[in-house]
Amino acid sequence: MKLDFKHTQAAHCENGVTTSLLRHHGVNQITEPLAFGIGSGLFFIYIPFMKINNGPAIAFRTQPGLIFKRTCKALGIEVERKKFRSKQEAERILIECLTAGQPVGCQVGVYYLTYFPKEYRFHFNAHNLIVFGKEEDNYLVSDPVMEMATSLSSYELERVRFAKGAFAPKGQLYYPKKKREVTDEQVKKAIKTGIKRNARLMLGIPGPIAGINGIRFTAKKIRQWRDKLGPQKAGSYLAQLVRMQEEIGTGGGGFRFIYGAFLQEAYAYIPMDELIDISKHFTRSGDVWRSAAVQAAGIYKGRIGSQADFNVMSDYLYTAAEIEKEAFLTLSKIKWPV
Amino acid sequence: MKKEEIPQDLGALGKITGEVVYAVDESGKYGTALSNGWEVKSSALDVAWKDVQERIEVARQKVNKKEASPILFFMEYRVMDIPIVAAYTGFWKWQVKKHLKYSVFEKLSKSKLEKYAALFEVSVEELKIMKTHEA
Repeated sequence: MKLDFKHTQAAHCENGVTTSLLRHHGVNQITEPLAFGIGSGLFFIYIPFMKINNGPAIAFRTQPGLIFKRTCKALGIEVERKKFRSKQEAERILIECLTAGQPVGCQVGVYYLTYFPKEYRFHFNAHNLIVFGKEEDNYLVSDPVMEMATSLSSYELERVRFAKGAFAPKGQLYYPKKKREVTDEQVKKAIKTGIKRNARLMLGIPGPIAGINGIRFTAKKIRQWRDKLGPQKAGSYLAQLVRMQEEIGTGGGGFRFIYGAFLQEAYAYIPMDELIDISKHFTRSGDVWRSAAVQAAGIYKGRIGSQADFNVMSDYLYTAAEIEKEAFLTLSKIKWPV
Repeated sequence: MKKEEIPQDLGALGKITGEVVYAVDESGKYGTALSNGWEVKSSALDVAWKDVQERIEVARQKVNKKEASPILFFMEYRVMDIPIVAAYTGFWKWQVKKHLKYSVFEKLSKSKLEKYAALFEVSVEELKIMKTHEA
């Protein structure tokens, strides 16, 4: 059985799954940047007391699952979401959905994801893909980060759906409940809600480790890494920062470019010059993050490594924080016509 | 990022699929394009794996000196940590921690060893002598 489903590639897995599933349900307006922006996807957090693969826990985007949830909610689309204790039950429900003609979003771990290159297979459990059919023992899989649709045997799919550890997916599957069209008015409203929420979170989230404050906090910490951790570990920490910022899924510059694209697409619905103007801010911020990555690479490759070099790295983050603060302040002050 | 600045440094992922990136054209308009990889981030990934290799080596030496059990070696080899090993085997974290001691490992029952062997995809004999299959 193979559902009539069109695989589309995206920069980020959750954006991609959201976009493809919504389009399948008749929401033709939705694109990856719109899904990301309506879901208020842009974020920054550095959790200093947590370690991921022995390095710092840093994220440039919102918590897994929220983009899908928020975007569907903002467009008035009901979502079905299920977790399972039993593997048999998880597969039974999946087949039930497919038989009913419903492609299904699944949360999976990447460590046992066979079509990924080995270098990318860490124990990361918040990856998303769509299952859109089954042929003999193989499930047809649309993984948004891949150019082409692919497949997994039933054992391979079960294994990644029941990966263990942080964010264990527990067989989780999700999909929009009903086919329905969405009006441009609804999209407008959703865009506005998404921008306002994103500005509120980046500017106002309490505590020093998240939002704009979080970028500054990280900038401050980077200055201390060389002395505190020693050159080698400090280099590994910077490498981890770069991976979180640039690895598959961010569209470059820690999602800042996707957000810039979102503001341009938002302009098509709400033609206010501020949106185009602030889009440029995010392009600049993304470029600053990219320059920071180049500086970091100089350090972890051992080409440079003095305290002054760490300070330059840190200054890039302060600059990005400044640009993004300005941008979100302007966005938060927009007088919306709708 | 401008379209013409999109890096095309063939990386591990680039051999399998291009990645979608967002960039602006001459008029400043955003669009998508495919990138084959970026040297800056592939070297970041290299750093991560070099660190893993080092931890595997340190673990191997500890086991050889009987300062740790082969479970530590395989845990590092599979890029896991104690919570992940505990979640997959069904042991408590404190149990796994105890099993990382060489003296405790030596007295582990066959059924416990089999659980670890299954997780690490080796036989019980291979588990004891730190034998791996892949290069």
